[in-house]
Amino acid sequence: MTDILEMRGISKSFGSVRALSDVSFTVRTGEIHALVGENGAGKSTLMKILSGVYPAGRYEGAILFEGQERHFRGINDSEALGIIIIHQELALIPLMSIAENIFLVNPPQNFGVIDRGAVYRRTRELLAKVGLSESPDTLITNIGVGKQQLVEIAKALSKEVRLLILDEPTASLNERDSAALLELLIAFRAHGISSILISHKLNEISKVADRITVLRDGRTVATMDCHAGPIQEDDIIRKMVDRDLASRYPARTPKIGDEIFRVENWTAHHPQHPDRQMVKRVNFHVKRGEIVGIAGLMGAGRTEFAMSIFGRSYGSNISGTATLAGKPVDLSSVPRAIAAGLAYVTEDRKHLGLLLGSDIRQNISLANLPAVSHAAVIDDAKELKIANSYRDAMRIRSQSVYQETGTLSGGNQQKVILSKWLFSGPSVLILDEPTRGIDVGAKYEIYQIINELADSGKGVIMISSEMPELLGMCDRICVMNEGAFVAEFTGAEVTQEAIMRSILRNGDMT
Amino acid sequence: MSELAAERPAKTGFLKTNIRQYGMLLSLAVIMVFFQIATDGTLMRPLNLTNLVLQNSYIVIMALGMLLVIVTGHIDLSVGSVAGFVGALAAVMMVTYQVPVAVAALVCLVVGGLIGAAQGFWVAYFKIPSFIVTLAGMLVFKGMMLAVLDGRSVGPFPVVFQRLSSGFLPEFILGQDDFHLSSLLLGVLVALMLVVLGMRRRAATLRHGMTVEPVALFIGKNAFLVAAITGFTYLIVSHRGLPNVLLIMLVLIALYAFVTNRTTVGRQIYAVGGNEKAAKLSGVRTERLTFLAFVNMGVLAGLAGLVFAARLNTATPKAGLGFELDVIAACFIGGASAYGGVGQVVGAVVGAFIMGVMNNGMSILGIGIDYQQVIKGLVLLGAVCVDVYNQRR
Repeated sequence: MTDILEMRGISKSFGSVRALSDVSFTVRTGEIHALVGENGAGKSTLMKILSGVYPAGRYEGAILFEGQERHFRGINDSEALGIIIIHQELALIPLMSIAENIFLVNPPQNFGVIDRGAVYRRTRELLAKVGLSESPDTLITNIGVGKQQLVEIAKALSKEVRLLILDEPTASLNERDSAALLELLIAFRAHGISSILISHKLNEISKVADRITVLRDGRTVATMDCHAGPIQEDDIIRKMVDRDLASRYPARTPKIGDEIFRVENWTAHHPQHPDRQMVKRVNFHVKRGEIVGIAGLMGAGRTEFAMSIFGRSYGSNISGTATLAGKPVDLSSVPRAIAAGLAYVTEDRKHLGLLLGSDIRQNISLANLPAVSHAAVIDDAKELKIANSYRDAMRIRSQSVYQETGTLSGGNQQKVILSKWLFSGPSVLILDEPTRGIDVGAKYEIYQIINELADSGKGVIMISSEMPELLGMCDRICVMNEGAFVAEFTGAEVTQEAIMRSILRNGDMT
Repeated sequence: MSELAAERPAKTGFLKTNIRQYGMLLSLAVIMVFFQIATDGTLMRPLNLTNLVLQNSYIVIMALGMLLVIVTGHIDLSVGSVAGFVGALAAVMMVTYQVPVAVAALVCLVVGGLIGAAQGFWVAYFKIPSFIVTLAGMLVFKGMMLAVLDGRSVGPFPVVFQRLSSGFLPEFILGQDDFHLSSLLLGVLVALMLVVLGMRRRAATLRHGMTVEPVALFIGKNAFLVAAITGFTYLIVSHRGLPNVLLIMLVLIALYAFVTNRTTVGRQIYAVGGNEKAAKLSGVRTERLTFLAFVNMGVLAGLAGLVFAARLNTATPKAGLGFELDVIAACFIGGASAYGGVGQVVGAVVGAFIMGVMNNGMSILGIGIDYQQVIKGLVLLGAVCVDVYNQRR
């Protein structure tokens, strides 16, 4: 078998963060090659380099496709050669029909006039290939996610596809749709079309993959041949998570007190589709001085859970009870949640966290303006003093507190958000991915701040997709999957393998 | 040597961050000097200056409200129609039904506020784009104005009401018809107050060890400010004294500058426009603030309608036509961002006067209304392009 694709010595950095270092990866003609790794291991970055999203020159290393070295300047270049990527977030236009979506860019036409007959005929052929019996007229918004995924694949087939890349195609599909999609990949293989399958679902991978490559921390850990012998899931998991944890997390002796916050039977529905339960009857509590982690894959419902607690910032038709220090508490709006003593540090700094055009001072005081004002008039001197004190305490590296937050590095932006929420005087802090996109040095500082918060008697809830971080920081770890809490680990019993296993095994059952 | 090197970036940094405000004032000054020369001194004649203020008063008043709406990330296209409708309402009440002036004026402002509330409700709570809601409002209130007036002009207004626009501050110290000394003193007082406020602010900033503008620039700026204000006051009062409407304008400008810069509500309005989702997650009641911005806009549009009607001494079916465009242009020329979150009250006022001086100067020069429009349009585009370019750097 010949190699259709060879990626040789690929390295890529974002600022000071090294996303990929010296990754080599080959795909043979007519094989299904699975790519696995934790969130942030570099899978998406590698695929973006392959598809030309990061153009030639912005990375090191070489890409050989069908034996020739290629320098893609953009997606159009890679698509012209038949490399088609299907992203996790589907790129279909909801209010257009299936046919219009498939032939969006280059429809069959006569002198610039779209040949509707040909469009429909070819759409029907393509839909038949992927096993869909829908009319080409059907609007995308009227079919389910599983069928939308198949439409995406039909769209890929409308071009001369040689290598199909699927980024977590089955993440939002049910069992039956997933099986249909995997069958399709096997059928393509018979026609000589190669596929790269990125997935967290190991049972699916072992069903269809010819080879498996594991990425960890931006490096290739192993490439395993599934036909050489049986593949153990535990072996894959160990390769995914194994790494040195020592000295990356500041030491702390937990001083855990009474229960401070509890929710019971907490349920929230999707804001647009009120029949979809996004958070399912969650029971959860945190004690004073305790750091509780919430583990899970992306889309498990962790952020949705946190935001639905914090003033119903997410979801519709929310039910359940919340108590703070034993007393029922009203969390029905953000101002009420803040007044009750909750703080939520968002995972999405730029869109939900900061006023990027405003300075550090204005961002820090925003959630607690009454504390820096008399009779609704802001006391500039007091505000400045407080901003400066947080700037010193948090070591926010900046020219002054008058610097716009949009010009700060990720770590310093995160410290500004933490300052804002500390200044609001909370007793319970929810930290959603507190170290996402932050370099290693700044991470350590954030960890120290989190430890100090817990030691000062606050309850800390920490959502993270980086499992070592949860293991290094938390006193207790809850695992969330598809909207429900499926497992809980405390102290010594917990390992990354155990958490990963509980996530993946629960994923299998649905 | 090393100290010097350390100090320099701070100074350039200050100039760079504040260049927008200085730049705008500078543009106004350049435009005024240009027309002063081009019109052989007609621009700055006392009579013309008084006219300039009166002509632009209603635009300035509405620009204050529009700035808040634009800062929250919205737009209000209905203000011209609302001003016209409220003016018509005032005329019908005062002239046709003989309602006392104070009562009628109050009712008019309340109606303005209710109109703002009606539009703000859809924008803030139903998330209907403000462009569409206020486009509808523009048609609705233009139609209602025509209905109220029955297609005719209604006037003249009672004398008391006319004073709103055509009255002047009476002379207290010297007798009537003498030189307007008290008006002049008022102008000097305002100038000195601004200097004192500036000095206090500077001292407070220095006390906290923050960078301030260089001393020379500070003194120069204040000297220019005092000279300019005193000079303008002298010129204006030597016609017939300070116009009442100028006083109203100044009080409103001071009030809105204070509210936007110094109060928690002002801060939160900028937060809504800067990043609505982040503001909401920080406990800011974003919907309520957006709603209130529209209510406020409605009241100010009502006030502008009264001022305009009083100035013409009649409510005509054409009142308010196209005002919204001048008002919005004033805000954008004054440095407000169409994306929200950015803009200063003083900037919008300067923007309104840049437009006003150009209107006035070009009319004196005898440039036809056709080319006036072309030039004003290009100035608007140019001003915003410069802003966007500066932001990209």
